[in-house]
Parts: sequence; structure tokens; C-alpha cells
Amino acid sequence: MFLPNVAQWLALLAATLYLAGVWRTRHAGKPWSPWRSASFIVGTITLAVAFAAPVNAFAHHDLRGHMLQHLLVGMFAPLGLVFGAPMSLLLRNLAPARARATVTLLGSMPVRIVSHPLSAALLDIGGMYLLYLTPLYTQSIATPWLHHVIHLHFVISGCLFSWAIAGPDPAPHRPRWRTRLGVLILAIATHATLGKLMYAWLLPAGTGASPGEIQAAAQWMYYGGDLAELLLLVALMQQWLRERQRAARGKPLPAG
Amino acid sequence: MSSLPYPSHADPRRTLLASALIGIGCMAAVDEIIFHQLLAWHHFVDRDTAFALASDGVLHAIELVLLVVGFFMMIELHGAGRQAPGYRGPGFLLGAGGVQVFDGVVDHKILRLHQVRYVDDLWLYDIAWIGFGVVVLAIGWLLLRRARRGHAASQR
Repeated sequence: MFLPNVAQWLALLAATLYLAGVWRTRHAGKPWSPWRSASFIVGTITLAVAFAAPVNAFAHHDLRGHMLQHLLVGMFAPLGLVFGAPMSLLLRNLAPARARATVTLLGSMPVRIVSHPLSAALLDIGGMYLLYLTPLYTQSIATPWLHHVIHLHFVISGCLFSWAIAGPDPAPHRPRWRTRLGVLILAIATHATLGKLMYAWLLPAGTGASPGEIQAAAQWMYYGGDLAELLLLVALMQQWLRERQRAARGKPLPAG
Repeated sequence: MSSLPYPSHADPRRTLLASALIGIGCMAAVDEIIFHQLLAWHHFVDRDTAFALASDGVLHAIELVLLVVGFFMMIELHGAGRQAPGYRGPGFLLGAGGVQVFDGVVDHKILRLHQVRYVDDLWLYDIAWIGFGVVVLAIGWLLLRRARRGHAASQR
């Protein structure tokens, strides 16, 4: 019989809470884009699939399986979750005083530091360097709790990074567009480099995986990560386009 | 004045810039995909592995971003009715040819970051590499001149 595990229960809980929020918002006569809902639900489904028993089994004995799980958990699921704008939905469903307190919290120094694109990128991509270039990966296979902590780290840092670069949720102190594009270029470059290093130096070491298996996993990382970052780049440029169009509407057309 | 629907507030410079970004991105992608990955003739910086691979990673990130930024600039120009007909082709070719010549002259010969291929008759490869870039650049320049005079095919 199919029994959901803890991670899948959490994904289901997140989806349920989100849909309840959407229902309440629309019931109060306020609009909520169905695309946002679809994005968040796809994000939770991606998480549930990533932690499904067959994927877990595949990830346990094959580095390619691990990479698939890592891509789904750390790169694709966060995109879906963040572009579902859960924070905006929460704010619409909170009493004004609580909403204000939440906004104050989002604008507080610690959140501002952690959610700066550069620190979010460091947490996310830096975490990957740490995992694959040090013995941390082999440690995590032998130690279940470490394994779970690492998964949790990549879900959170993936969300943080996507939000910091181009998330639709309110980010009052977000740096300007150029800074975010610069950090994204840096992130794409370091991620691509990591994939190539793993391919060339057959990393992570000490897994007992064959060179072919490691190189395939590195390629999955390179191309899969690229696709996720491309989506984020398109989202960032979409925001740029909308801002430019809004600014242009405010100005009269140049004389011609 | 002709009564053709030439946008009165078209922006040739921005159209040129956007299409040049796409041209640079495309040519860099051709270099990366064909010569770095499929043929593996060279990396962007051929020194020790880590540095060479990191330089390829940077190249890859920049070309991807230039492509997407160029496309979005085009979408904006198009939506605002400011895309200047006749300037897209030259922009693309000047970008593509320009980056090819720059790569061939500055990266290969002046900075000596990498060579086209590590063989005896390297000069043949250099001539082909830079020559191709010069031809693309020349065609772009001719098309640009034609567009400036209002003679481009899309302006008629």
C-alpha cells in the first residue's frame, strides 16, 4: 500500500494550507491569480515526487538518482513554491496588525542580510560545493539525520535564492535589477563550473560509483541546473519588462 | 516623406544593441557548444583544469544571459512599436562577427588564453576563425549602411 512519508505529508500540508488561503481570499472577494495557485501546487507535487519511494530508492544506490532528487528538491520545487507567492497570500489572510508585524519582520536586518541575493546564492551554490567537493556527501549517505538536514537546507536555500533574485513576494529592500542579474550570472557560472569539476575530477569521491555514473550525474546537474536558472532568468527579465512598460506608460511618447 | 508605416519613434540604436546582444550570445554559444563541448578543441582559458572549466562556466553564464536579455529588449521594443526595421539583421551580424574577431584576435593572439586547436598548422585555423568573423562583420556593416540610407528590405 502507498503510504506517504514525512516529507510528503509536509508537502501535502503546505498545499492544503495554501489552497485554504486561496479559498478564503477569493471568498472575501479579493482576486488571486490561478497561475500562482498552479505554480505552488506544482511545487508541492514536485517535492512529493522527489521524495516518493521509488525515487528515494534510486537516489540511495545511484548517484544519478541522488542528482535527480537534488535537482527536484533544491531547484525546481523552490521555483514552483516561490512563484506561487505564498507570502503575499499569507499577508492577505492575516489581520492588519499581524500582517504589519510580518512585513516588519521581513524588513528586519537578519532577514535582509540572509535574503540578499549574494548571501542567498552563497548559501545555495556554496552548499553544493561543500556537499560535492568535501567528504560531506559520503557522510550524509551514512548518516540519515544529516541526509535530511541537507535536503531541508536545499529546499530553504533554493527558495531563498529564487525569491531574492526574482520572487513575486514583497521584498522591500531588494537590490536593484542590475545587482540581481549580476548575482544570477555569478550563480549560473559557479553552478556550471561545479558540474564540470565533478565531471572532470569524478566527484563526489568515495561513493563507489563508477566513473560513467558520476559523469552522468554531473551532466544531469549541469543541464538540469541550467534549465532551472534559465527559468529564473526569464522571470527576472519578465519583471524588468513590466517595470519598463509601466514607466513608459507614465511618460508621453517621444516626439517623432 | 513616404506614407509607409515606418514607426515614427523607432529606436535604431536600441534595436541595434538588442540584436547585437543576441548575435554575441549566439556566436558564443556556437563556440561553446561546438568547439568546447562537442569537439573539445579548447576551453576558454587553457591552463589547469579547474581554471579552464571555471572560465567556460563564466562564458556559458554570460552567453545565456546576453541571449535572454537581448530577447527581452526586443520584446519591449516590439511592444512599444519602437523596433527599427532594417537594424535587426546588421545588429545580429555585427554582434556575432564582432565577438568572433575579438575572440580570434584578443583572446587567441594577444592574451593567448587559448588557441583554436592544438595542431601544427594553427595559422590555418586562425585565418579561418578570424576570416569568418571579418566576413560576418563586413556583411553586417554593409547591411547597416543600407539601413541608415533607408534601403533595407524591411524598410521598403
